[in-house]
Amino acid sequence: MSLQAIQSLDAQPYWDGLAETGADGAPAGRLLVQRCRSCGKHRHYPRPLCPACHSFKVDWVPPSGVGQVHSWTTVHRSALPAYAGREPFTLLTVDLPEGVRLMGRLVDAPEGLAPGRPVRVAVERGPDGVPQPVFHWA
Amino acid sequence: MSRLSSGSAASPLRGVAAITGVGETAYGRGPAERSSLALQLEAALAAVRDAGVDPRDIDGVIPSAAGTCIAEDLVENFGIRDLRFSATVPMGGASPVAALQTAQAVIAAGICRHVLLVLGRDGRAGNIGSRLRQTPQFRVVAEFETPLGAFAPVELYAPMARRHMLTYGTTSEDLAHIAVAMRHHASTHPNAVMRKPITVADHQASRMIAEPFRLLDCSLESHGAAAVLVSARDAARDGAKPPVPLLACAEGHPDSPSSITQRPDLTRLGLAKCAQRAFDLAGVGRADIDVAAIYDCFTWVVLCQLEDLGFCAKGEGGAFVRDGALQVGGRLPTNTHGGLLSQAHMAGMNHIVELTRQLRGEAANQVAGARVGLVTGYGDMGDGALAILGHA
Repeated sequence: MSLQAIQSLDAQPYWDGLAETGADGAPAGRLLVQRCRSCGKHRHYPRPLCPACHSFKVDWVPPSGVGQVHSWTTVHRSALPAYAGREPFTLLTVDLPEGVRLMGRLVDAPEGLAPGRPVRVAVERGPDGVPQPVFHWA
Repeated sequence: MSRLSSGSAASPLRGVAAITGVGETAYGRGPAERSSLALQLEAALAAVRDAGVDPRDIDGVIPSAAGTCIAEDLVENFGIRDLRFSATVPMGGASPVAALQTAQAVIAAGICRHVLLVLGRDGRAGNIGSRLRQTPQFRVVAEFETPLGAFAPVELYAPMARRHMLTYGTTSEDLAHIAVAMRHHASTHPNAVMRKPITVADHQASRMIAEPFRLLDCSLESHGAAAVLVSARDAARDGAKPPVPLLACAEGHPDSPSSITQRPDLTRLGLAKCAQRAFDLAGVGRADIDVAAIYDCFTWVVLCQLEDLGFCAKGEGGAFVRDGALQVGGRLPTNTHGGLLSQAHMAGMNHIVELTRQLRGEAANQVAGARVGLVTGYGDMGDGALAILGHA
């Protein structure tokens, strides 16, 4: 089955950040997460309201970019057409120092995968052609 | 004669409602020959007749949120004269047990006397990932995680199990004992789909789907339907079968309910929030539970719920499930019908059916003298529900 990408209005800056290009038109996507303009708390995935102070005011900011492995799964058979034939692949759950987590594929070889190991987030074109956050060993 | 302390501050809702009827179709794999609606009407009619109630006298319905059998269908097919309440509970696999709480509340409020819960599927709706993608509860996952390669529940839930293993030393072999126990029960149940016994070694040899989950950690895709009738205490007295009182019902929603990734503690489900509440409302303790039906879409989900229910401490679920603990004769007979892992995936409506039969003393794998039991639900990204039933 083919899946239509979903890009919601409330998350448009997230998708726009991933899709940014440089002056030469080359991909230059950035990962952006929400930071409350009123209380400074980061949140992810995107949503309209800050759950800490209930402000709608928000900035979209790039996180520091280096996090630590919290958990993972290695997918051996995917029902997603874009991923079929690319198995096995490893999806990391990563703690960022900003207090939010990211999910993304580990694009480097998984040897040495362990909790707490540092990883660096990058934005690369996904199998569906849309830029997405992925991880390299830091 | 109650074995239990009478001094507890039990809920005024305790015993206000009871399960008076249960019904199921035959379960199978692959596409059914009949429509999802026809299957659900068969199960619903069986439940109502099991209770000895005239189908036209049903005055409340809580059909599955999937929308394949809606309140209007029940009115038109049963000839219901005066439907006073209808709702759906959108908590995935926690919905049937959470709907017991809804039914109890509606009955306690005096709105209804007979509330019918029904759920079923015809096996033709496509794979589970694409089905769930249509539901609002999967909206966040569909937008942000599916493009990354996480689509089916097995992929979304696996990081919880991995984190549990990393934190507490839980092993794949621990999970195997859960799969073996469910299959053991299914092997002697006449309406179970998977009846060939398996061993821990079979589990360990089954192929990886999404690590740490192997094939035999995963529940079935199946077709069929199940239904439960909940009635007011006074309306239950004249039933065909002895009513099974609802001692307590509760639902619990996890932190970060749309995203497992963002949940502070990946090893704590919504059930953890409502478990003590339900035991307090029921006025019973863990040691009073004679038989359990625990939602088992994946083996690890059973293990985590045993901890969240308080049958063992967080992290000790792996040790708890070994040595046949979950089998009839063990310390907590669980899913005596084979569960979602080996009977059929009826989103836990079949768990309520089975627990009712146990507490009536008419189960295929009867736990001798079972008086009090519990049933849990688990759904979507970790929603939980718990009902404690029986005679205490």
